[in-house]
Amino acid sequence: MQRREFLAAGAATMAAVTLAACGGKTKPPLPPGIMTGANDTLGHRLRQRDFPPPTETRRIGVAIAGGGIGGLSAGWRLARSGMDDFLLLDLESETGGNSRAGRNEVSAYPLGAHYLPLPPREARAVKVLLRELGALKGEHEYEEKYLCHAPQERLYRNGYWQDGLLPTLGVPAAERAQYARFQEFIAGLRERRAFTVPLAFSSRDPALLALDKIGFSDWLRSEGYTAPGLHWLTDYACRDDYGTRAFDTSAWAGLHYFACRESEGQVLTAPEGNAWLARGLVQPLTGRVLPSALVWRVEETKREVAIDVYLAAENRSIRLLARELVWAAPLFLLPHVFTAPRPEWLAALKGSDYAPWVVANLTLSAPPGTRAGAGLAWDNVIADSESLGYVVSTHQAMRYAPGPTVLTWYRALHDESAHRSPSRQRRLLQSREAWAEEILADLERPHPEIRELVTRIDVHRHAHAMIRPHPGRLWSGARAAFERNQGRIRFAHADVSGLSLFEEANHRGVKAAEDTLGRLGVSYSSIL
Amino acid sequence: MQRPLLVSVFIVASCGLAYELIAGALASYLLGDSVMQFSTVIGVYLFAMGIGSWLSKYVKGNLLLRFIQIELLVGLLGGLSAGLLFLLFTLHNGPFRFTLYGLVLLIGILVGLEIPLIMRILKREVKFDDLVAKVLSFDYIGALAVSVLFPLLLAPHLGLVRSALLFGLMNAAVAAWALWLFRDRIGPLAALRTQCIAVIALLIAAFGFAGQFVSLAEANLYAEDIVHAESSPYQRIVVTKVRDETRLYLNHNLQFSSRDEYRYHEALVHPGLATLPGARNILVLGGGDGMAVREILKYPQVEHITLVDLDPRMTDLFSRSPLLKTLNADALNSPKLKIVNADALQWLEASDAMFDFVVVDFPDPSNHALGKLYSTAFYRLLKQHVAETGRVVVQATSPMYAREAYWTIVTTLEAAGWQTAPYHALVPSFGEWGYILAGKRPYTAPATIRVATRFITPDALPALFHFPADMARVATEANRLDNQNLVRVFEREWGRVQSH
Ligand SMILES: Cc1cc2nc3c(=O)[nH]c(=O)nc-3n(C[C@H](O)[C@H](O)[C@H](O)COP(=O)(O)OP(=O)(O)OC[C@H]3O[C@@H](n4cnc5c(N)ncnc54)[C@H](O)[C@@H]3O)c2cc1C
Repeated sequence: MQRREFLAAGAATMAAVTLAACGGKTKPPLPPGIMTGANDTLGHRLRQRDFPPPTETRRIGVAIAGGGIGGLSAGWRLARSGMDDFLLLDLESETGGNSRAGRNEVSAYPLGAHYLPLPPREARAVKVLLRELGALKGEHEYEEKYLCHAPQERLYRNGYWQDGLLPTLGVPAAERAQYARFQEFIAGLRERRAFTVPLAFSSRDPALLALDKIGFSDWLRSEGYTAPGLHWLTDYACRDDYGTRAFDTSAWAGLHYFACRESEGQVLTAPEGNAWLARGLVQPLTGRVLPSALVWRVEETKREVAIDVYLAAENRSIRLLARELVWAAPLFLLPHVFTAPRPEWLAALKGSDYAPWVVANLTLSAPPGTRAGAGLAWDNVIADSESLGYVVSTHQAMRYAPGPTVLTWYRALHDESAHRSPSRQRRLLQSREAWAEEILADLERPHPEIRELVTRIDVHRHAHAMIRPHPGRLWSGARAAFERNQGRIRFAHADVSGLSLFEEANHRGVKAAEDTLGRLGVSYSSIL
Repeated sequence: MQRPLLVSVFIVASCGLAYELIAGALASYLLGDSVMQFSTVIGVYLFAMGIGSWLSKYVKGNLLLRFIQIELLVGLLGGLSAGLLFLLFTLHNGPFRFTLYGLVLLIGILVGLEIPLIMRILKREVKFDDLVAKVLSFDYIGALAVSVLFPLLLAPHLGLVRSALLFGLMNAAVAAWALWLFRDRIGPLAALRTQCIAVIALLIAAFGFAGQFVSLAEANLYAEDIVHAESSPYQRIVVTKVRDETRLYLNHNLQFSSRDEYRYHEALVHPGLATLPGARNILVLGGGDGMAVREILKYPQVEHITLVDLDPRMTDLFSRSPLLKTLNADALNSPKLKIVNADALQWLEASDAMFDFVVVDFPDPSNHALGKLYSTAFYRLLKQHVAETGRVVVQATSPMYAREAYWTIVTTLEAAGWQTAPYHALVPSFGEWGYILAGKRPYTAPATIRVATRFITPDALPALFHFPADMARVATEANRLDNQNLVRVFEREWGRVQSH
């Protein structure tokens, strides 16, 4: 720390003490903002199939239902092969699903997914996309603009910001020895490519697959990992990537998080989060995307698939008769949309669970200050918080002067389930004002001045954001129902993998597209 | 008991005046405009002393006890005043003025209480006429002593923060002394004794600690006169003058001294620009003081200069102040010049202008934000704005004090695809300073320099491009946005220099 920073830190602490001593001023009113996402009435209507009957019929080669990363990857793959007789439908006015972004006069910012770790050798299709976007040259040379700039992450713990996320300050040597042992173990797994992303290429060694049956925390303890810092980090990782607690996450999934990539920690990101990747995928799809189009009924016949689509803008439905359907919307919808869902699908879906998420974008007149420790990083995590902290959207911006910024605050509702919790009690559904108050209270601890800086708080809710890899979910064999070709229907959503990750959605989309090309007799060479 | 109390008057008076001087000096040092600062501080202080004298009539009970307590309080407040204000000032937007005048008011009131109290204590033993004469003369002698000692001895040698603490200790010592002298006239002593010890201990501890946080700039307080000081949203700008030497400090770091800045700026501009007889379009990034522009304007072929500096307060100051305009030869008002107040990174990304020569004169890479201005990404971006035959010069910190940082910048330029020609020059105010010429083609030094120079001449050039063993190239990694290793290296190296 430089002398000046030290002085400022001292002065800030004194000021904070003085303010506290004065009993604090009255809180400024909550800043304005909007609430978007999770639409309860629409979900309800879908369950009831409460939409106007189709007034028009169109024929199409391939229909893609859902335009998240899975659906977009499918369309992208079809377009790359020169095939153009397809239509992608998404209920939202903009494609991207969980990887969409917002934008205001200060910056673009993510509404969901915000980073892509450097893809390992197995994620070939992802690398094809990155090369196409000019973000990757050859195998390993990434464009600086997209590599997360330094400093990447910091952790607020005991009143101090430390570099990196693994708690280190004041941690006894014996616990740090456990950290080292864990890291060595992970390095070994990496070396062996025991875990990969896409997970389809992972080792099928039964000893490894057996890890799916136990909880991650139990596994850690059974291996002698007791260090609280390690338990905190693994729990944080599970909440961050899977929206669930470590004890409730399959040990296979937990280890996958740490071991599936080739290198430590480096990620690709942009102010708008992963929306730049979604934009890359949608580019070759011009004219073949139908937004604000909700698929509410699917009926398979011998010769085709009848897909009823509600066009919100026109308040009417149309019927698409498609030779092939790529289902790229979340799988939990299948029983509500398909007139005759296969029994094996229903069986596979039994017990599946989704994590709700809340993502808030806070517009600030100036970056928040640092009282003690490491300065503002891209990812800023608060140790003893239910939230996952915040990322700074302007971190990647080509500018050096301090100025207004947008912080994206993440909260997985790890204790809440879209299926299991009665809707009355659901935190997800609380008002924007309630969320804003909760968010400010969370950020106020490291940043007492936050209320003075924030000018807007926009809250985005995801109801079925991420499928949860509870113990037993990944390798029980249930997922296989969606991996196999099912007549005219193929599945292209991260749900098929059981892990909600960009690479998984991309893999499922490309795979579904290539299988479809095969069925249509179009020749292609696989990019998987 | 008369003599000790009169000695106290002397000390108390010295301390009183000292706090006033310290507050005034600190305010003018930090806020600039010393006449204004001194007169408002003194005004508030005198007014407060008036309040104190008036309030003294309400002080009842054991007057000695009250006197000791007031001494302790004055010692504590006055002693910590300078440190507190200094700390507060480092906080951007801290309530500095409010605290300044609040403190001055409080200390003034307490000091105003002292003399009337002493008079009342002595009243019973001394005739009134005699009393007033004696007390007031000791008061004035004390004040005189300090007003002479302060600028000559205390401020230059101890600095403001420690001077204040020293006077605080003197007040506390008066309290302790009085406590001891009149121990049988005060009543229960235990609590008072603890207070006394606590205050003295605190002040001594603060005194020991003070050196660690007083910025280097403070030491210069009475060596240089501040002619201009302001805080822009981006930095603190201070211009000082001693005899005929003018200096610019940004955030307390010396930017130039008029005595040798011609060396810095001639070395920055001429080795590059003298090789470009066709250079018409010039870009200066940073350099809001206009000195580099002054050098560039010496070349008649130059048609347009664009100066991009973040801080409008800088470019305003250097285009308006008569003193500074004589230094930069009024360069910022040249009709050939366009001033853009913008973030250079943002501006370059948005612009599609091309230039024949670019001067990159940013502050040293002392934090991650500034580190971006020395990254491969930035140098690649720069490449899109430089003509095929054009050239760029980069100020690159000291190859002597920050050798690895300097060569990291060279490596970074090369990693971005530039051909580099590193050189250095001696600028006494800074020491051995480093520059790097970069181009798309190799560089050859000019055989002649057609414009008037005092330092850079063709025969002096070869030595500048030669690096003696202690500054010679070391292997380094490039500085990329995703590693920012330059910031780490720079901090380590300058940290080492400063701790000596
Ligand atoms: C808050 C949050 C943060 C995340 N962060 C990351 C991250 O940093 N990195 C990462 O790799 N992953 C992250 N993820 C995981 C993210 O889900 C995946 O990266 C990826 O975006 C999933 O894509 P998908 O296509 O499988 O699913 P979705 O994004 O769920 O796409 C499904 C699409 O189907 C549409 N749809 C649904 N129902 C219908 C219907 N009936 N008719 C028509 N269309 C319909 C939806 O509108 C949506 O566009 C995050 C997820 C969340 C929620």
